[in-house]
Amino acid sequence: MKEADSKPKLDFSRRKSKKRSMSLYAEGEPMVWLTGGALGFALLMILTMLGYVFWMGFSNFWPTPIYKVTTYADAVHMGPITRSQTFQAPKARIDALPDGLRERIQAELLENEGYSRRDLLYTGNYDLTGSRFQWVSDFEVQSREIPEWAFIMERRMDGNFYGLPVAFERDGERVTETPEEIWTLFQEHHPGVLRRFRQRERLRTVDMGRINRHQENARLELVEARRRLARGAMTAEEVEAVRLKTEAAIEETRRQHAEVTERVEALNTENRRFALIMQTAQGLETRMTLDQVVLAFPANRIGVGRKLAIFGGRWREFLLDNPREANMEGGVFPAIVGTVTMTLVMTIFVVPFGVLAALYLREYAKPGPVVSAVRIAINNLAGVPSIVFGVFGLGFFCYIMGGYIDEWFYAARLPAPTFRKGGVLWAASTLALLTLPVVIVATEEALSAVPSSMREGSYACGASKWQTIKRIVLPRAMPGIMTGMILAMARGAGEVAPLMLVGAVKLAPSLPFDIHNWTGSLGPIPTGPIHLERSFLHLGFHIYDLGFQSSDSEAARPMVFTTTLLLITLIVLLNLAAMMIRTRLRRKFSTGAF
Amino acid sequence: MTAETLEQDNGIKARSTAGSRLEAIAGGEQIASEIHPELATEDNVLDVEDFQLWYGKAKALHNISMTVPKGKVTALIGPSGCGKSTLLRSVNRLNDLIDIVRIEGDMKLSGESVYGPNVDVIELRKRMGMVFQKSNPFPMSIYENVVYSLRIDGERNKKVLDEVCERSLRGAALWDEAKDRLHDSALGLSGGQQQRLCIARAIAAEPEVLLMDEPCSALDPIATNKIEDMIDALKGEYTILIVTHNMQQAARSSDYTAFMYLGRLIEYGPTDAIFQNPRLVETQDYVTGRFG
Repeated sequence: MKEADSKPKLDFSRRKSKKRSMSLYAEGEPMVWLTGGALGFALLMILTMLGYVFWMGFSNFWPTPIYKVTTYADAVHMGPITRSQTFQAPKARIDALPDGLRERIQAELLENEGYSRRDLLYTGNYDLTGSRFQWVSDFEVQSREIPEWAFIMERRMDGNFYGLPVAFERDGERVTETPEEIWTLFQEHHPGVLRRFRQRERLRTVDMGRINRHQENARLELVEARRRLARGAMTAEEVEAVRLKTEAAIEETRRQHAEVTERVEALNTENRRFALIMQTAQGLETRMTLDQVVLAFPANRIGVGRKLAIFGGRWREFLLDNPREANMEGGVFPAIVGTVTMTLVMTIFVVPFGVLAALYLREYAKPGPVVSAVRIAINNLAGVPSIVFGVFGLGFFCYIMGGYIDEWFYAARLPAPTFRKGGVLWAASTLALLTLPVVIVATEEALSAVPSSMREGSYACGASKWQTIKRIVLPRAMPGIMTGMILAMARGAGEVAPLMLVGAVKLAPSLPFDIHNWTGSLGPIPTGPIHLERSFLHLGFHIYDLGFQSSDSEAARPMVFTTTLLLITLIVLLNLAAMMIRTRLRRKFSTGAF
Repeated sequence: MTAETLEQDNGIKARSTAGSRLEAIAGGEQIASEIHPELATEDNVLDVEDFQLWYGKAKALHNISMTVPKGKVTALIGPSGCGKSTLLRSVNRLNDLIDIVRIEGDMKLSGESVYGPNVDVIELRKRMGMVFQKSNPFPMSIYENVVYSLRIDGERNKKVLDEVCERSLRGAALWDEAKDRLHDSALGLSGGQQQRLCIARAIAAEPEVLLMDEPCSALDPIATNKIEDMIDALKGEYTILIVTHNMQQAARSSDYTAFMYLGRLIEYGPTDAIFQNPRLVETQDYVTGRFG
């Protein structure tokens, strides 16, 4: 009886549970959790990365206090703490501790399962010590103080200097030896020194550049004349006239050169009048002239207002100045200009090209196996590794096309290459090829999304196919085409690998623009101040270079984060601009309520 | 019309047994269209001459022969899929855009061939206007929508364009509502206004025939009324060929009505005759709602 009772009960419950699982499946509740969870996880990872980059990049320029640490081994280290970590204390280091202390430390470590904390001090003074960083373990520290007059000095060479002021020197004479007065005198004279330094740099780059350009043009004129003589297009007398003219021009530039050199020397002499005598924490004295110093301040004495000013000033330098010391210090202005220029030129190349190709494919080509094959090929092109495009760009654009351009327009300059090397133009062309599939696919989708009623309406009015495309289809598809453009820009601006082959370099002597010379030309075509043949700095390549190619990756670390932050910001800004244009277009062409 | 009068009509008219004609059509037999003699007295704009059309292998129009009288409104009625829209779209050769369409026979617009070998389709379409089932204003201003057909002809004279714009909008009874916002986007108009804008666009080029493909099927009754009033006003000035699903509309606004079924023209005559005194029982069945 009992068994008979329990049996149907079992059946019943099984049926019920089955039914419940069915309804749960039908409701889709687990799918909501699965999809939501996947999205949440993706967002979490992205936000963590962005937040980390933002924090590390943004706080990099905030002035931190300088510590002076004395160890039991009587070593002295001075500098700000870069980062801290826990680590397993090595036995040798503990054994090296003085007796009595060793037992206490060992007991302490035992409590923490052998782990201790250590700080990484940025001790700087690379020229004196040969290293920039020093790990200091907590258990080694005898005393830790914050010296009132410890100075941080950012120098043009050898990185930061940390030390105490000894004297201020003017014309080889020690004017004062009290820290307050040294600081006052420094603040008084440093702006003037910096102004003269900038003047000197301007003379050395702009004026010298102009003089060198004149000299080079005169030389090229003579080379060209001789080539014409060889072809018989010029007589010997005419060439002789050119030669005399060239020599006169070269003589003139030589005179100008001497004049500018003199002015540079005068500025240098004036700047070298002022110097600081500084002492390191270890007691070494060193003298540095004021023009070697970019920025100096007593980090432990300044208030929040001053810190904010320094923070802002460092950002300003980062955004608007040239890099120093193998890109590890200074600014990234040329890299910003290079990245933006390259991305914009790429966009100018890829969008019209891609839109035309998509127009043919979607509007004119007769649908069939060939068109399908072409479409599949284009989609597959998006999956080709970018380095392959880089190799192609190097071979086709730089060597073949650049070679021909040099031969036709710049023969006088050979063997020095003009276009037969990496440059903004070839980098933009390579990336245009790389991003072409994105634009074609997006444009095709946009074109096919134009309702056929619009086309029929236009045809019914007696419009031809091209008129319909131009007046109805393209305007309607414009927001979609813009989406393709945005995707292409995002892809292109973040690409690095192919750029290493076709133009991005570690150090570019000049920007792709010559704002001081508006008479540039590509053979007979005037290009004004735009010089797309030049190699350029790129933020993405800059990050790689800093992080993996610099002499001291620890010193370059903060700059890697800041540059990454900047690159991300730049891409976001470029995309926001494009999105704003798209929103305006969409408002114009969107269908009404009906 | 009451059932009683219908019965009376049925009684009066002697004709073939009901259903046999439809069966014959379904069996693929060729039947002659019943064309009323009143049409012969009219001046014709469009002559359809033994026109046939295939979508791939499926034959959609069977030997259609009909005339469209000048300055009159001609309605095409019939159940869904009977080929009314196909016939309409064949007049301005919009079916050319569909690859699989094949035709035989010809039409003549004011005596000139539509499907002849040397016909410039674009020039041909400029002589006709078309209004679609779903309003399709172009993504541009109201003004530019109206003068679109002139713009593609390269007209730049602002005076001419302004004149045409006003005349067309007045013709489509939209001028009063739109005159203050001519340069706003056409997509901001209501559904009914958009449809009237499309009509204004279609009459801007002064077409020889105005083709309307169920112009009111997506509109509410008030908007439909306005369009019907407008069709009344355009009557006489323009020749209108209108496809409609709405019996009342056909009865109210058209002068002639053609009843189509399964790709054939069944009966074609003055609207009053088709609706009140049709010659064929099939037509009567359809207009009274017994089938279709």
